[in-house]
Amino acid sequence: MNGTAGIKQATGHVSFRDRWINVAAHFGINRQKYIVDPGLYALGSPDQDSPVFVTANYSPSFRALRTALQGIDGYILVLDTKGINVWCAAGKGTFGTDELVLRIEQANLGEVVRHRRLILPQLGAPGVAAHEVEERTGFGVAYGPVRAADLRQYLATGKATAEMRRVEFPLKQRLKIVPAELINTVIFTIVLGLPLYFGGGLLAALAALAAVFAGNVLFPPLLPWLPTRNFSTKGFFLGSLIALPFVIMAGLGFHGEATWQRVGWALAYLLFMPPVTAFLSLNYTGGTTFTSWSGVKREIFAYVPVMAWMFAPGLLLMVALSVAHAVGA
Amino acid sequence: MRDMYQDNTLRFDRELCTDCGMCVEVCPHEVFVQNHGEVRPANPSACMECGACRTNCAFGALTVESGVGCAAALIYQAVTKKKQPTCGC
Repeated sequence: MNGTAGIKQATGHVSFRDRWINVAAHFGINRQKYIVDPGLYALGSPDQDSPVFVTANYSPSFRALRTALQGIDGYILVLDTKGINVWCAAGKGTFGTDELVLRIEQANLGEVVRHRRLILPQLGAPGVAAHEVEERTGFGVAYGPVRAADLRQYLATGKATAEMRRVEFPLKQRLKIVPAELINTVIFTIVLGLPLYFGGGLLAALAALAAVFAGNVLFPPLLPWLPTRNFSTKGFFLGSLIALPFVIMAGLGFHGEATWQRVGWALAYLLFMPPVTAFLSLNYTGGTTFTSWSGVKREIFAYVPVMAWMFAPGLLLMVALSVAHAVGA
Repeated sequence: MRDMYQDNTLRFDRELCTDCGMCVEVCPHEVFVQNHGEVRPANPSACMECGACRTNCAFGALTVESGVGCAAALIYQAVTKKKQPTCGC
């Protein structure tokens, strides 16, 4: 192990606490705890010719890298991204050129290794100008694969395949973004569901829960199969489907046999549920891997007004129907 | 129903491009291809405006407006009138 002061020892071993952190981080619980100290780490017993990898100081990022490199002797340079993962941090600039240059200088990397090569995760690229890093430090930047798991093959072959460089959004990844919205699910359900329960009974409360559930839990897994490319319209489609059974129940007289009750409640569900689902679906644009900023802006301008113009009347209609029922109409 | 993601702000200047291939390497959605040495954006509508290509083009051949592609952050910014969109992430 290198005797240079200031180099911390990393391990490829994953503890139970590491696994818990990985899970908890996806729920957004206590995010401040998922920070690793920035700086230079030694993995195994590296020497002057060992490779240098770079990552963010977010525990799961650090973990992904060190477990992928298990058994390899190397250095890991951890940047201070305020506990944010590589891709988000790169977009914000914290996984950036200046921070990388700073950490290289602070670690005196030029004295630690003989070569002048860094291996960065590809998703750090939005924040790091490779040519500028080389100009300022003499270290050349090679972009490794998107996923740390592909690193072994990358190191063996010396290059990344097109597949290693492509970001997909498979089901497993889509399911991972659901827990982070769970707190919203709970809040929305209570805020909408409780008054609706008192106003329209169990069915109305269930309608609120169903609309929220569709937007927060069903949307991500179903994403590629929902029609249109816009998240809002995908959400409207999903929300309308979810609203159907409630519309039918209302039409069958669940809220009352009178025509105004059948039609009123059916219309209320149709107005109120789809925009809730659509809005929650639109909010997933921040957690997916392919929506552009300008596209999201266009979606917001086009569809948030539609959501508002459906939701508000729908809610008002429900209030009116509840009041009418309460006064014995 | 208009596809809001069909257009984006990615702009490629053929004159400034030296075919170094960095954009091909860093793009997560295979927007760029390099055929017979020549680089071009073959798949521009796949662009998510992350900015990786623009940041790593040493020759200024690429421009793109890379902002936070998160509806919650953009709405929050509009409502609170902050300078940068953020959702706390």
